[in-house]
This record gives sequence, structure tokens and C-alpha cells, in this order.
Amino acid sequence: MVQSLNRLKESPSQTAGPYVHIGLTPNFCGIPGVFEEDLGARMVNDKTKGERITVRTRVFDGTGTPLKDALIEIWQADSDGLYNSPSELRGQADPNFTGWGRKPTDMVSGECVFETIKPGRAPFKDGRMMAPHISFWIVARGINLGLQTRMYFSDEEAANAEDPVLARIEHRLRVPTLIAEHKGGGVYEFDIHLQGDRETVFFDI
Amino acid sequence: MPADKTPNGNPETGAFFQRDRLWHPPAFTPTYKTSVLRSPQKALLSLDNTISEITGPVFGHDMLGELDNDLIHNFAKPGESAIGERIIVYGRVLDERGKGVPGALLEFWQANAGGRYRHKKEGYIAALDPNFGGCGRTIADEDGNYAFRTIKPGPYPWPNGVNDWRPAHIHFSVFGHGFAQRLITQMYFEGDPLIWLCPIVRTIPDRAAIETLIAALDMQATIPMDARAYKFDIVLRGRRSSLFENRLEGN
Repeated sequence: MVQSLNRLKESPSQTAGPYVHIGLTPNFCGIPGVFEEDLGARMVNDKTKGERITVRTRVFDGTGTPLKDALIEIWQADSDGLYNSPSELRGQADPNFTGWGRKPTDMVSGECVFETIKPGRAPFKDGRMMAPHISFWIVARGINLGLQTRMYFSDEEAANAEDPVLARIEHRLRVPTLIAEHKGGGVYEFDIHLQGDRETVFFDI
Repeated sequence: MPADKTPNGNPETGAFFQRDRLWHPPAFTPTYKTSVLRSPQKALLSLDNTISEITGPVFGHDMLGELDNDLIHNFAKPGESAIGERIIVYGRVLDERGKGVPGALLEFWQANAGGRYRHKKEGYIAALDPNFGGCGRTIADEDGNYAFRTIKPGPYPWPNGVNDWRPAHIHFSVFGHGFAQRLITQMYFEGDPLIWLCPIVRTIPDRAAIETLIAALDMQATIPMDARAYKFDIVLRGRRSSLFENRLEGN
């Protein structure tokens, strides 16, 4: 035997289950009056700096059926590439932008819509700039540990080409699974496939 | 609430300890049937944390309403309360270094005393409790302590196997200081025989890991003639020192 490192183990994850909305978006699922509004519902206000965009996303299972009971959280930099977090030491992020959003997928269509801004670029560990991206965290019934991925932008080809994270993807035909399609008018569509030929790249971060 | 501080007073900015994915449940756990079509089949891409993962939103106590941590009353009509076993759930949010996580946001949801969730997609025959909504939240104090009041949820049948029942459980969502610490889990109750029969519990391969999700009855924290208490500590990922603040003794 050797001495113990005296570290604790992280609490093991469990699925969020089908009723995750009760806890995380109670107003959405018909439990009004407990919280004023669902946390993460609004990311921007009238004073938020940057280009307004709409992110429309759906999550598909291994048969191609959209999940209607998923919950998605996103986290992103402001238009200058700064995060609204105490751990951001490079400068003061836009105080009118939360950087964090939370939405359930629609119970009929499976669609999930975020009204946000296009993020600026932030540096990788070695100082190279990452392309603009939004971090995603997906939980649902049937998902035992939240899935982490990133959304990049189809109209940022040059930045995407030099992004150090996208560069890590060995199978290049999988890179497009992380790139949202610009539909014009600031609308981006990002389809997430949990499984199969078009499976989205998920990260162990 | 500020993020955790280093000895020199700056917020911590190091990468998080790698997740032990042999301790967590794997994605594909076929006895929990829904996982079959919702589990990635390709390997995850390992990525050392960037600033996008080590940062995260931090929530202030000022966002909390007076009854946010009292599920017995936060949906009840004035003067009434939810039906069921009155309990207090308390504990600490720690990280893997054993440090408290100040300002951690905890959100919880659960069924009522009969095992019925207040959700439009739920059709279990047990009755709704008109005075019970089933959601609550709180923010850990400067040492990582949290507490809330609720009623003990009932077990709940679900269409997995023909006769599968969830043990009594409370869902927890926890937000630490970085987006990569994000965690959802479930709390179970000491002594419940359903725990060891449950396909969702058993997605976790290691019995010792399961035991960390079982809250202990604590008679010392129980309030006589009012509510029993259960202790439930939650551990989030620890974090390394960032380069500029590295000390030889590490952390």
C-alpha cells in the first residue's frame, strides 16, 4: 500500500430523465408561479453588443427521430470573445450578455431555438485563436452523462480552417457535423445526431 | 458570489481534472432501454480544457425567491402545504480536492409523495397533490453548504421492463464555476431496497460509486416534531492550477 492522495471522486452522473423540465424549465412545462421565469431563457437585452443571431437546433436519435424531451444549455463568449465569468481574466465581458442559455426541445417539433449573438474569437491554450463557436451541453432521458459538443458557423470558413479544436478531428468528414448552416438573416441551423452515420463529434472535455 | 479564489486572490482558472469515465455510467447501457438509440457509438474526442470550458456563469443569491428552497410551500396555496413525509435535505458541494464550491447553483425536481410528477407527459394513476409542484433551487454558501425542505418522493413505475419501479429519488442539477463541471445526477434514500433493482441506478458500473448517491438519514440534523433530515454531499470536478499560479505543492 502507498499513501492516499486524499482526493474525492466526482459524483457519478445519472440521466436527467423525461421530466427534467420540472426542475430546469418549470414555467415551460406548466408549473407557473414558483420561479418568475425559466433560468437561461433570455441571453440578450436591448443593450447587448454584437450581431443578433438565431440558433435553431434539433437532436436526433439513432433512427433519425428528433428528441422531444431533451434539454440544451449553451455557453459562449460575447462579441469581443470574452466570457461573462469570474474566471475570465482577460477583460470585462459585456454586462448585457449572459453568455449562457437554456432551452428545452419543443414537445411537438423537437426544435430548440436560442436568440443570442455571434460570439467573437477566444484564444486556445497556446494563444492561437479559436474560430467563433458556441459550447453545447445536452441532457435527456436515455443520456446517462451530459454530452458536450461545439457549434461552429458555416460563414466563418477561414477561421474554421485554422481552428485548433477542429484540427484535432482525425476523420475530416466528421468536421461538418460541428458546423451550423447559415440560412440567411442571421439564422443558423445546427442538427445534432446522437448516433449513426452522421453522428456529431462529442468531446471528453 | 465570486468564483473560488487562489491564494493570491485571483479566481481559479486551471483546467478541470479529467473525468473518470469508468466511474460514471457509460453511454450505452441496454438494460436502460432508452439509452440504446441515444448513445454515441463513436469515441469521444478528448480535449484539454480551453477557456470555453474553464469559464462558466455564476449565479447570485439575489436571484432566489424566499420559498425557492421550500418545496413544501413554494407551490402550495396560502396556509396549506404539500402532503407527505416532511424532510430536510442538506449537504455540501465539494470538488475532488475536498474544497467547498461556494456559489454553486443547485436545482432539484421530484415526484410527489405518491410518485406522481407534475408534467403533461406523465400519466401515472397516482394523484397529483394540488399543493406540490416538485421544483426548487438554492445556491451554496461560502463553504459550499446547501439545504432545502421537501416531502419524500414516492417510488414510481416506468415503462422499461414490464415491472420496473424507480426508487424514491430527487433529481439534482449542479452548476459549479466552469461549464465543464456541469452535472446532473439523482439522490437516493438510505435503506431503499429498490435502489439495487433499478436499471438506471445500475447504469453505474461500480457499487462504490452508487453508494455515493445514497443520502444518509441524519437524526442529529432532524428537527423534532417537524422534519427528518438526509445528508447528501455532491462532488464536482476538481481543477489544476493554471500555469501562472503554479506552486510546487500544487493543489
